[in-house]
Formats: sequence, C-alpha cells, structure tokens
Amino acid sequence: MSGGGGSTPYLAVQFRDMEAQVETGKLGVWLFLGSEILFFGGLFTAYSVYRANHIELFRYAHFFLDWRLGAFNTFVLLTSSLSAAWAVRCAQLGQRRGLRFTLLATFLLAAAFLLVKYFEYSHKLENGIGWGAACHPSAEILASLPDAARALPVPAHLGTFFSIYYLMTGLHGIHVLVGMGLFAWLLRRLPTLGPDHWGAVDGVALYWHLVDLVWIFLFPLFYLV
Amino acid sequence: MTSHAAAVDGPAPSYLRHGRGLRSWLLTFDHKRIAIMYLCAILACVLLGGVFALVLRLNLWNPSGGLVSNDVYNKLFTLHGAVMIFLFVIPGIPAALGNFVVPLQLGARDVAFPRVNLLSFWLFSGGAVFFVATLVAGGIDTGWTLYPPYSLEESRGLGILLALTGVFLLGFSSILTGVNFIATIHRMRAPGMGWFDLPLFLWALYATGIIQIVATPVLGITVGLGFLERVFHLGLFMPEYGGDPVLFQHFFWFYSHPAVYIMILPAMGIVSEVVSVFSRKPIFGYRFIAMSSIAIAVIGFLVWGHHMFVSGQSAWASVIFSFLTLLVAIPSAIKTFNWLATMYKGAIVLATPMIYVLTFFAIFGVGGLTGLFLGTLATDVPLHDTYFVVAHFHFVMVGAVMTAFLAGLHYWWPKMTGRLYDERIGSTSAWVTFVGFCLTFIPQFFAGVAGLPRRYATYASQFTVHNRLSTVGAFILASGLLVALYGLASSLRSGRRAPANPWGAASLEWTAASPPGLHNFDEDPRGVRPYDFTGLRHVSDEAGWVREGAR
Amino acid sequence: MTARESSTSASAPAGHGRVHVVTPAALLGTVAALFALTVVTVVVSRVDLGAMNVVAALGIATVKAIAVAAIFMHLRYEGRFHVVVLVGCAVFAALLVGFVVFDTTRYQPDLRAREAAETRHR
Repeated sequence: MSGGGGSTPYLAVQFRDMEAQVETGKLGVWLFLGSEILFFGGLFTAYSVYRANHIELFRYAHFFLDWRLGAFNTFVLLTSSLSAAWAVRCAQLGQRRGLRFTLLATFLLAAAFLLVKYFEYSHKLENGIGWGAACHPSAEILASLPDAARALPVPAHLGTFFSIYYLMTGLHGIHVLVGMGLFAWLLRRLPTLGPDHWGAVDGVALYWHLVDLVWIFLFPLFYLV
Repeated sequence: MTSHAAAVDGPAPSYLRHGRGLRSWLLTFDHKRIAIMYLCAILACVLLGGVFALVLRLNLWNPSGGLVSNDVYNKLFTLHGAVMIFLFVIPGIPAALGNFVVPLQLGARDVAFPRVNLLSFWLFSGGAVFFVATLVAGGIDTGWTLYPPYSLEESRGLGILLALTGVFLLGFSSILTGVNFIATIHRMRAPGMGWFDLPLFLWALYATGIIQIVATPVLGITVGLGFLERVFHLGLFMPEYGGDPVLFQHFFWFYSHPAVYIMILPAMGIVSEVVSVFSRKPIFGYRFIAMSSIAIAVIGFLVWGHHMFVSGQSAWASVIFSFLTLLVAIPSAIKTFNWLATMYKGAIVLATPMIYVLTFFAIFGVGGLTGLFLGTLATDVPLHDTYFVVAHFHFVMVGAVMTAFLAGLHYWWPKMTGRLYDERIGSTSAWVTFVGFCLTFIPQFFAGVAGLPRRYATYASQFTVHNRLSTVGAFILASGLLVALYGLASSLRSGRRAPANPWGAASLEWTAASPPGLHNFDEDPRGVRPYDFTGLRHVSDEAGWVREGAR
Repeated sequence: MTARESSTSASAPAGHGRVHVVTPAALLGTVAALFALTVVTVVVSRVDLGAMNVVAALGIATVKAIAVAAIFMHLRYEGRFHVVVLVGCAVFAALLVGFVVFDTTRYQPDLRAREAAETRHR
C-alpha cells in the first residue's frame, strides 16, 4: 500500500497523486459553492417575491440607499477578486512575495468593504431604520430625503424591505468576514504554499469569487433599481 | 466505545483494532468508524422517535385519549416527526451505511474529504443535541412542518428556536455529506471502473448527493429566516408585520419534497444490490435504474407544491404541480419493474436482507401508488391532513426506507463487524416487522378516506377499530425492530466469524476482509463488473464465496 | 472588451502535468472589463427605462458574473463538470425564484380583497 506519487508531504492517503488531490479538492469546493448559490437563492426569492408584490416598498426605500457607497464597494470587491485570482497565480509559480502581497491585499480590501458597510448600517440604525417591526425612520432622515421621496407616502411595513436588505447584505457581509479569516489563515501558512501545494489558495480564491459574484447581483438590486 | 475484541485479524489489523480509546473514535478520520458512530447515534434516535410513537398510539387507544394531555400529545407528534425525519430517515442510509460502503465499493481508501466527513458527524450530533434540548425546554407543538404564523408566535416559547437551530446544523451535515459523496464517486473510482461499472448503490448515493447539495441550503435559509422572524419580527412570514406565511411553505417544501428522495433513493440503491445478489442474477436494466435515479433527483425538484394544494396557493400553480407530480412516479415504476425482472427466473435465496427487500416491494408499491391519489389535485383536497396522508408517508418512509435500511444493515453487517448475525433471528424480525407494519398503517388508509384528521389527540368513536388495530400493530412493529436489533447486537458477542464474501456478491467491497483493515484493501484494486456472478463459488461457510481464477 | 487569451503559459511544476496558470493580461483585462461594466450599470440605471431597468441591470450583472466565473474562477480553462455544477445550481435557484414569484403574484388579488374586506369591517 504505497503512499501514492511523489515525495510531497501534502499528499493525503486517500489520493493516488497530487493531481487527483488537487482536482478532487477543486470539485469539492465547486460543489460547496453550488450549495451557497442555493442558500443565497432563498434570499433572492424573498427579494423577488416582495418586489413583485409590494413594489411601493422598494420605490420608497430606494432613497435610503446611497448608490455611491454601493458602487465604491463594488470596485473594492472586484479589485479584491483580481488580487485573489492573482494570488493563485503567484502560488502556482512560486512567487512568494507576490503571494504575500496579493493575499494581504485581498484581506485589506475585504476589510475596507466591511468598513463601508459599518458606516452604512450605523447611519441607518442611528436613524431608526431597523428591520421588520423595528423600522421607524427618524424625522431627521425623512427630512433629508429628496423631494421626489417626500412626495410618496411612507409605506406600511417598510420594515420588510429593510429586513431583506439587512439579511442579504448582512449574510453577504458574514461571508466577507469568513473570507477574511480564510485569507488570514493562508497568510499564516505562507511558508507551506507553493508550486507543490497551492490547492488551498485556489479553493479560498474560488470561495472569494463567489462572494464577489453575489455582490455583483446585490449592488444593482439594492442600490440602482 | 470499547474495542471490539471479536474483530477478525486479517493480513492487516481490522479498522476496529486500529487505535483504542474514546478519542480514537470521536476524532477519527476513518470513514468506517464514522459510519459506526453514525449508526449508533441514529439507532438511538430511532428508539427515541419510536418511544414517542408508541405513546401516541397508546393515547389513541381510546377516542377521548387521556393517556397524556392534548398539549403533550401535540408535542409528541411534533417531535416524533422531527426526530424520525431529520435524525433517522434523511441521514440514515447515507450516513450509517453509505459512509462505510462507498469507498469500499469504489476500491478507494477513504472518502474524498475525511475531515469534512467527521465534521458532518459532529454537526449531526449537535443537531441531535438541540432536538433533545427542545424536549427539555418544553417541546414544540407545531407539527414537524413548523408552519408560521403559529410556530413563530411569542407564546410558543424557546423550544422553537432550539428546534430551528437543530435543523440548521443537521442541514449542513447533510450538505457536506452530499459534497463528499459526489466528489468521492466522481473522482475516486478504481482504475477500469467506468460510470456504468458502478454498483447501483453508488448511483443512488450520487443522485442523493445532488439533492442534498441543491435542496438543503434552502432549508437552511428557511429555518434561519424563521429564527430571525421570531426574534426580530422581520416581516417576511408573519402577517402582522407584513409577511406572507405561504411564502414559508414554498421555501419549506422546496427542500422537504426533494428530501423524501434523499430518503428513498439510497433505499432503492440497497434494493438493487440485494435483489441481484439474492436472485443470483445480474440486475435487469442497469442503465435504466441508474438513469432513473438521476431523473428522480431532478424531477423531484419540480413537484413541491403538491403539499400546498389547500394552503392558498394559486390554482394555476396547483394544476402545474399536480401534473408534474404524476411524472415523478415514472422513474420509480421503471425501477420496480426492473427489480421484479431481476428476480424472474433467478435463484432466490431467502436470507434476511432478501426478506426485507421482498416486503419492500409490497410496501413501496402501495406507498408509491397511494402517492398518486395525493398528487392528483382533486382527490388530494378531501384527503389533505387526514390519516390517508399519514399512512402514505409511513408506507414510503417506514415501510420502504426503514425496511431497506434494515436490509442493508443485515447485508453489510458481516463486512462492518466481521460477524454473521443469526439468520433465524434476522428472518423472524423481518416477518414480524412486516406484519406489524401492515397492521399499523393499513387501517390508517381506511380511516383517512373516512375522514379521520391527522394531528388530533382524540377522535370520533367510529374510528375506534382503526385506531386500536393500528396501536396493536405499532407494538408488533416495535417488537420486530427490537428483535432485529437484538439479533445484530448479540452477533457481536456470539456470531460466527464472517468470511470476506459471505453472500457471493460481486462488487468490490466483498474482496476486502470482513471487517476491512484501516485502508480497506491490501492492494489498490481494479474495477470489476459489480453484477457479474460468473465464477463465484461457495467454498464453505467459513471461507464464504471465492471467485475462481482469482489469485 | 477583454483580450481573453487562453495561454497555458508558465512552467508547469513537476508532478502536476498540465496546470493552467492565468496570465496577467487575462486578469487585468477582465478586471478592466468588470470596472467598465459597473460604470455602464450605474449610467443605465440613471435613465428611466421602466421595467427594463431591472432587466438591464440583471443582464449586465450576468455578463460580469460570466467574466468572473470564466477567467477568475478558471471555468474557461477547465473541465465541463464545474460549469454544470454552477449552471445547474443557478437553474434550480431560478426555478425557486420563478415559481414562487409566479404563485405569490397570482394569489395577491385574493389577499388584497380579503384585507380590504377586513379593513371595512373594523
């Protein structure tokens, strides 16, 4: 019962060789990402159902979301996807310094994303815009709305929209946080990563791209339409 | 868990001997040990759910109930359903049997992701703990389906939050198992083992994995949203906050209908294995059975609304779902005909696994056909929430899935433990279980057609006969199961040592020792044709079956 | 748009056989395209196209998603099964969204009528 191909210590006993291990690991990550698509899919369903049946909530709530912050965050996340994909390349080519740089860059960009989210959330919560039954826009924020908004009546159950907003961006934010943890983990293991052992970088990067993919859809759905 | 001193020592020490002590089990990466741990946990859950069932049936002895209060009754049927479904029928065959058998049938040393496998087990255990905590916290009385607005009202107490958390953990356990099995079956086949050389049990688990990955996340988000709705009043499901309770049902059943295929597909996989081996004939229509597993997995996603015909769902949706439901019966029928054709002109061996499989055919036939009445819109409306539904799903979940589970457990028991169970005890348990099962659930079909509603602690006196027959049957069923468990447990101490291939089967797991060594095979095997029995010869009871011309 | 060259470049490390390493050109080209499409999305959203606004926004988002999946996530350079997983799951998610929206919109009139009747009775 030989241990499989090669002298690498990273080969697990159930795999014949590193290629099998890497390819199987990739498949595992893709299958998990598939489940994430369905996980977020449930929330996209909630969004679609309430938009289809209560468009007045969405038209009104639109004014509470700042598209510039959303766009900024989109650029941040797209750049972080670039650095994550580049990190995989660096690992495959054994470019240690490039790998450290790209992993760190992704981590910091993710942190920047969350910082912007923090400002968005705290501004809303300070002004009484909670979720569900706890949504009571303060007089200040109502006064700050443009004329087009003030012409509209405040819809009953505005909180349902903000529940969906906090749920979707919040769940996405949790995934960003987990991603930061994963990139920190990779940074700690930096000495072990290289042309013989880059599957973990690839897997984490794939996860990160999914996080980016979800935001690519969240941005227009909440900030633009 | 103490070491099993009865284990067989082959050329390599068996997996049961490799490592001693609790930690070597609880922290193991070995798929075989994980399977055994799952088996023990799941059997404990079956006993718990079974005790609930017996109390329910005792309460139903008299029309006015009285054994327990109505409130306790409601909590009992809720937890009976939740425990049995989430802790037994859904995970059961994949976790307890699949985990053991999949790498062996592929000729692999383990699953693709052994550590994730262990994580799946611990998530399962965590989910089980939360269900027990729900009990302790006073239980829930919502029915296992947890429909709002009732389930998310403040007056429900904390039990609902514990139950939702438990389901969430169990969901992720299931998803990770699906990921593991698909990756393993996809990529870790022995050299020479093409897709159409796979044993049908693996096709079944592959199709099951698809459902686990696609459907379970929606359950996860549903219970997560339910939890948050209750705590934060999100306004998604509760009308008083602007929500829509029917939306919950859509989310819930999008998972829970495919979930029944998570339950039945592995069972069908076991049936394919056993019916072929114990008819001494290659399986008939291999490709049809394989493809029908995938077809069931896919079509199963298109029919969830048949649980919602009277929920307020629109008429258009109901009509579409009803039509699609009739389609999903077709692949199941294809399998059934292929199994029967396998038996035709075969040399039937009436061993315990085969007895269970024969009773499976009878039960699954009735269970599946009664599903057609419920899938057809017009007939479902009067039958909805009656005992007809209860009988239908017990026929398919208990009669089919549990029966196949027991068939598989007896079939692979020699491989897992290195011991042969006592055939007389095994076959007795199979027949007693069958008789008890029929007596329990056949009267319920009649009661349901006559209008007896489900989830009631009391009933009108004209249903007394139905209920009493059913209660007597439940105790017979329980004793059959206890006999089966007794027979298996006692084999650990006094059963005969099992040869590698006691049944004369042809798939790869039977070339490994009984029980296998830590890494399963002494040499990495090549793929074989799993239903090719030519050349297999029964040498003796001690040596089992051997393939002529083998090394 | 992007220069999507598929160059299986870079020395394949020993023991790996063929490993595709994405080129800097592909990476930078893709992110440039993504940035451009983001700008387009924002600009288009400022124009009132009625119901088409949502369609346009989702359409552009889908193109961006395909770019990320094909280049950053290597789908362009890999076996077909991963594409099946991604597309398959997206199809099932679409099935969930589509059917539930279909049903809920169809029973809204009943709901509204009931709510109106109840309000009148209060």
